[in-house]
Amino acid sequence: MPGAEQSSDSGDRRLAVGRVAEDTVVVRVGGTWRLDAGAPPLAAVEGALARPPAVRRVRFDAGALCRFDSSVVAFLASVVALGKARGAAVDEDGLPPGIRRILALADAVPETTARRPSSRPDLLTRVGERALGALEAGHEFLRFVGEITRGGVQVLRRRARYRTSDVVLLMQQVGADALPIVTLVGFLVGAILAFVGAVQLEQFGAAIYVANLVGIAIVRDMGAMMTAIVMAGRSGASFAAELATMNVTQETDALTTTGLPPLEFLVLPRVIALCAMMPLLCLYADLLGIVGGGVVGTGMLGLSARTYAQQTAGAVSVTDLVGGVFKAGVYGLLIAIAGCLRGMAAGRSSSAVGAATTSAVVTSIVLVIAACGVFSVVFYVLGI
Amino acid sequence: MSTPDAHIEVRHLTMAYGSFVVMNDLSFTIRRGDVFIIMGGSGSGKSTLLQHMIGLREPAAGEVLYEGVSFTRAEPEVRMRLLRRCGVLYQGGGLWSSMTLAENIGLPLSQFTPLGPRDVRELASFKLALVGLRGFEDFYPSEISGGMQKRAGLARAMALDPDVLFFDEPGAGLDPISSRRLDDLIVELRDSLGATVVVVTHELASIFAIGTNSVFLDTDRRTMTAAGPPRVLRDESPDPTVRRFLRRGDGTG
Repeated sequence: MPGAEQSSDSGDRRLAVGRVAEDTVVVRVGGTWRLDAGAPPLAAVEGALARPPAVRRVRFDAGALCRFDSSVVAFLASVVALGKARGAAVDEDGLPPGIRRILALADAVPETTARRPSSRPDLLTRVGERALGALEAGHEFLRFVGEITRGGVQVLRRRARYRTSDVVLLMQQVGADALPIVTLVGFLVGAILAFVGAVQLEQFGAAIYVANLVGIAIVRDMGAMMTAIVMAGRSGASFAAELATMNVTQETDALTTTGLPPLEFLVLPRVIALCAMMPLLCLYADLLGIVGGGVVGTGMLGLSARTYAQQTAGAVSVTDLVGGVFKAGVYGLLIAIAGCLRGMAAGRSSSAVGAATTSAVVTSIVLVIAACGVFSVVFYVLGI
Repeated sequence: MSTPDAHIEVRHLTMAYGSFVVMNDLSFTIRRGDVFIIMGGSGSGKSTLLQHMIGLREPAAGEVLYEGVSFTRAEPEVRMRLLRRCGVLYQGGGLWSSMTLAENIGLPLSQFTPLGPRDVRELASFKLALVGLRGFEDFYPSEISGGMQKRAGLARAMALDPDVLFFDEPGAGLDPISSRRLDDLIVELRDSLGATVVVVTHELASIFAIGTNSVFLDTDRRTMTAAGPPRVLRDESPDPTVRRFLRRGDGTG
């Protein structure tokens, strides 16, 4: 259909596509082309090219083009590509020389073409890759635990390369510096338990047993558990972020080539510090939890502080206390391993640091809860 | 089969990321006292090759030997011992950002020598003075410029008086004068310490100024396509890609 034109104007931007002969399409651009005017309508060109009879030549007319930025160039490059894809000869003579030069530049064959497999694999492949990935992650975790165990043996044989000053500093960071938050959480958890218990127990006139409830719950499980969750968010995350950043800045590489294995120099001090501090923090949280329960007991239920303390002392055994503190040590180990593993295995970009931190917190909380479940069963079977 | 003055040998080394082969079948020898240049276009795997030579990556095939001893197949303890005689200057300096410059340089000294804290500190100051950073002992890496970080990284690399110094893109991110000063420093250290120097770079000025021997990694063919002194390669290499690279793209004849 010679002469049939399709035009599309948007503000000052003018575009007309039409055939001047049986097999020749002319693309006319005019007016002002700016990126902020939105995407130009490539569909009009596609339509004109697709209509039979087959197009053999594509020509341009940019005589009316006043002002333009890269939007017109990108559009024309797409038109050129479309024309070539349909086997038409593209005649760029109608374009101003500046645009022709830029088009030629974009068209120049690069010395090496970046190739990246972009096709999305099918569902089965993705499921399979995920499954293998999960298996590999499991292996990686076990391997890391193995390396830490070997490192631990080196520590006992006094052959591990780390600095005691680092351990002391880390102990302060994960232990002493965490006291305020552990105080708050421990106290509130004790108080909340007391509230929950008080409402029920008062109905039976057994308000005094709030002390037993709070004491046993806190000392056996909640003290260690709450401390672990606080430490997972606090220290586990900081370990992961710090080690991952050191990965990005080649600081871990520098340690390796200096002859200081990062596992010994960075990971072991963190594991030692957290394993040593967690039981102490747990003891402290236990105490604060009982105090929290006591405050509710004396304030709300009218028990005397002395009665509450005696009742608690009668309810809680040393075995409970030792069991809880032991659990805290294990949780500390798990949090340190998860944090360090995620940090050491992190990729080398800033988003990888964030991913490592998130993953460290999630992994440590999952491990802590799972370990808590296992402990419950084991302690039940052993009758502790 | 090793040449008498061979310091580092790379034999049939193949480097790969998973199933993606970066470079195939690299074999070359670095002689004692060489300033050996690893050159090639961007993305040719120069830095990856360096990482293979210092054990940060494991080769897919082949091996690296130090003085005839296989580094690739060595036990971790032997590797650590061999590495202790190497110093590495990383692309971004690689300084430990939580330590001051003096602590950065002092760490290897305090870990691997019987020196006391005061001697370590004194030696660290001396090494910093060698690279023109006298008085910067108590600065943290983030408080000094990129060029100074590189020089501090160099001071740390030579803390233990290594036999081999590796440089990953020493001139990257430096202005021409700082880059030139670093080159001069490299040559001076080689001469005064008698160390072997391995430099990864694509900067022609540095290549011709300091290089005594080199290999060229060809991105397209995925292997090394030339070995020899850079000036000789520029004038006599039969490979047009190598000549083009060394002449900054000018003239193929």
